[in-house]
Amino acid sequence: MNEMFRDKIDISLTVNGEPVEGRVPAGQHLVDFLRGALGLTGAHASCEHGVCGACTIKVNGEAVRGCLMLAAQADGADIWTVEGLSDQGTIKDLQDAFVARNALQCGFCTPGMLVAIDELLGKEGVPSRAEIREHLSGNYCRCTGYEAIVDAVETVARARAQKGAA
Amino acid sequence: MKASAGGYARASSLRDALEMLAASDGSGRVLAGGQSLIAAMNLRLSAGDFLIDISRVGELAGVSETADSLRIGALTPHAEIGRNPLIRHHATLLSQAVEFIAHAAIRNRGTIGGALAHADPAAEFPACVLALGATLHVEGLNGTRDIRAEDFFQDIFETAIEDGEILTGLSVPKAGADERQVIEEVARRSGDYALAGVCLVKRTGGHRVSLFSVGPKPILAKNAMAALDRGDVEGAVEALKAEIDPPSDTQASAAYRRHLAGVLLRRAAARIEGGNA
Repeated sequence: MNEMFRDKIDISLTVNGEPVEGRVPAGQHLVDFLRGALGLTGAHASCEHGVCGACTIKVNGEAVRGCLMLAAQADGADIWTVEGLSDQGTIKDLQDAFVARNALQCGFCTPGMLVAIDELLGKEGVPSRAEIREHLSGNYCRCTGYEAIVDAVETVARARAQKGAA
Repeated sequence: MKASAGGYARASSLRDALEMLAASDGSGRVLAGGQSLIAAMNLRLSAGDFLIDISRVGELAGVSETADSLRIGALTPHAEIGRNPLIRHHATLLSQAVEFIAHAAIRNRGTIGGALAHADPAAEFPACVLALGATLHVEGLNGTRDIRAEDFFQDIFETAIEDGEILTGLSVPKAGADERQVIEEVARRSGDYALAGVCLVKRTGGHRVSLFSVGPKPILAKNAMAALDRGDVEGAVEALKAEIDPPSDTQASAAYRRHLAGVLLRRAAARIEGGNA
């Protein structure tokens, strides 16, 4: 059976728009591949069992836990991390709103927050504060008490809707 | 913690996966969305498994309909269950349940087949398929089997899936024109496992009530169903409390879970009949 099962797997994928290849251990988390092999340390490995949301990244357009997906499963995937989203400028208004509203203190949860919020803001309509809270229920912040984060998201959602309407 | 895996193989077809499972000699583990399995590996509740990744097996994905039922592929993600028009129309209980399951990022990758095969007694989908009277489809190298939801869940994390078999999907009867389906649960925080939960289906043939997080497996509350058929909600609540034996743990005492189950049934009945609870 050992011919069927590999302890090292060759993968090729796209990360932040760039083609990437790697040979990964069978049990390696995707977030550890991104951090260790690629030096993309924006997504944080924290609770490592899917509860805190600090490792949130985008896989094929959807927010995903980087600690609940194996690097081996990412073969052929299109992955975006907070670094790529920042470089693209697509979340600049959100990042500015985080600063303006003091929506971070230590900043540890912020990359995961931004990626999770990016998915929410990509949907139609302006989310209510309750919907924002619900969407971010899987992203822990131990500094802000969330109020300022919800403020920032709400501000950007409204501004984008106004811009779209104008 | 970091996960420990003995090895990894990606299946290209169901047949391929079944052959890998047979060759793994009991140490193979089927990996789909991984939202429970990889978490368990990270907590070292499971270590050294030979992972058979079925997440690319196209024949296990998708939702289709026949005249009187829906066929839902095992690999259908929770998020898709929540937005799929066929499921929202014909099996709304499943769509409603999605809102209670974990968080958005987990719902993007977790699959209904994975949740059913994992059979966490606190999870929503097992109780939903029990209330709906669904049929689960499994396949092994020797052929396929259809298993009624009533017979599928056996104990904590234990199902009727045998060694060498993979859950391929489920069939859910389409709701009748006057059928109502609701799910109610109480959890301490959004996305947490429920302290107790109730699924209620009212169809022409009678009521069906299932509960989760009140025992080692989802429970069909037959005495409560009979009382509801007689139009006796309070009788149903009393019957329900008598036919469950919930555990006490750090989250909730048995007495509190039993109380919650009654409250939730009252709320579910009120939502179906109209009025307040």
